[in-house]
Amino acid sequence: MNILRLLDKLSYDKFFTTEASRLETITNMSLFGKKAATAAVPLGLGALMTTSAKAETTVTKLTGTALKSTLTDALQLALVLEYLENEYYSIGLSTPGLIPNGDRTVFMQISKHESAHVSFLKSTLTSLGTTPGNKPTFDFTASGNFMPFTDYNQFLILAQAFEDTGVRAYKGQAGNVMSNKVVLQAALQIHSVEARHASQVRRMRANKGWIELANGGNMPSATNPVYAGEDNVNQAGYNTGTLFGAAAGSAAYDEILSGSDAQAIASLFIV
Amino acid sequence: MKKTIQVSNQGATLDTSRRNFLKLGGVGLAIAGLTIIGCNDDDDFQIMEESKYDLGTGDVGVLNYAYALEQLEADFYTKVVNNFYSGISSIEKEVFTDLYHHEVIHRDFFKAAISGATDHVLPKLEFQYPNVNFNDRNSVLATAKALEDTGVAAYNGAGKYISNPAYLVIAGKIVSVEARHASAIRNLINPGSADFSGDDVIDANGLDLAKEPKDIVMAAGAFIKTPFTWKERGIN
Repeated sequence: MNILRLLDKLSYDKFFTTEASRLETITNMSLFGKKAATAAVPLGLGALMTTSAKAETTVTKLTGTALKSTLTDALQLALVLEYLENEYYSIGLSTPGLIPNGDRTVFMQISKHESAHVSFLKSTLTSLGTTPGNKPTFDFTASGNFMPFTDYNQFLILAQAFEDTGVRAYKGQAGNVMSNKVVLQAALQIHSVEARHASQVRRMRANKGWIELANGGNMPSATNPVYAGEDNVNQAGYNTGTLFGAAAGSAAYDEILSGSDAQAIASLFIV
Repeated sequence: MKKTIQVSNQGATLDTSRRNFLKLGGVGLAIAGLTIIGCNDDDDFQIMEESKYDLGTGDVGVLNYAYALEQLEADFYTKVVNNFYSGISSIEKEVFTDLYHHEVIHRDFFKAAISGATDHVLPKLEFQYPNVNFNDRNSVLATAKALEDTGVAAYNGAGKYISNPAYLVIAGKIVSVEARHASAIRNLINPGSADFSGDDVIDANGLDLAKEPKDIVMAAGAFIKTPFTWKERGIN
């Protein structure tokens, strides 16, 4: 697996221990990866059609083996993200005093789903004749930059980032799994569960459940790449901001995240 | 195709016809397209068999299907925000206003997008809410929950019928927002519970609902006044 390592560029930034004013001065030095920051370009009709036409052409030209690889690679990426989320909530729930009693029901439900997603993806890969990847070793401090298991606020911040990333990442893989209708539907069914989770975690942080503009909502700038491109108001040539403004127009649509950008974000938490 | 037929003016027949007219799917469909357009005398109604609109085939059919559902959601929230139930909280007002915005945007997007691709665009549908009390918080929230969950299940079930990857991505961009809505409405109904992603919609594999178009139209049929078909998907 081609895991990108970006931490060396970022190790001096203690995003969660510095004051807001300093955070605001950090622009592109993002803990979530420089590459991802520029990843999500607005997709007009032209770009959209070009991209899809290319993807479609590629698909038709692929041999059976390559097609299968496209499909299983997408599932392997999804599995990495689910491993990450599953371990994150599992540790969070088993850390005494971290999650307040009033919030445990929500995180137990989310944790249950992420655990089920791991099992489901592993068995799906196996049924396709592919060995599921092993669980990576995670470091949720991202080399000391985060303290999610000692600071509940940081736990919520990362949970929101992981869920919003998951929504975008699954969406980004839709085209890669559409060769198999059963897998496509299951991926969509996981995708909307991640969105339900994201919406809930966002509310626990006093945010709206949806993403307006490219603003994660009181999130450290380190997480900007998770939200880069979410301010898109051009959907297939239609300006979604015309009726009620750009905030509503952008929130009405979640954007995709490419596989490499999703992997770049996940890799920050992989040893 | 227009065909004029004569039927006897009997109350029972009329009532049955009317009742079935309001519901898509199921046994009522044979007479669901009958519209009373006039009356020659006291004994006979003149009935026209309308050629019901068919959503179409291939991707056009799926896009028109999505457009129909977005029309319904947009129509519902338009009514909600034009007549907020009494005692509505500011957070609830904000949620419903946002949902109204999003769904109207989705509706108008589909109208523009489909019009740009084909002449076969679903007309404006009419809706009704026979069992919804717009002045009652519980009634409005329960209806919103049903609509959002239905929207999620509809998109999840229709994705496999889309052949153009660009359309699939667009559908994906919308369905996750519908799921965010569903989560929000569910949390308003039962705050802090597991309902935002409840066991009633998420199965043991952690998968959300996915429903076939036929089942969706059956479920939403009570709201839809304007009959349509989608023969390719068995909705006649």
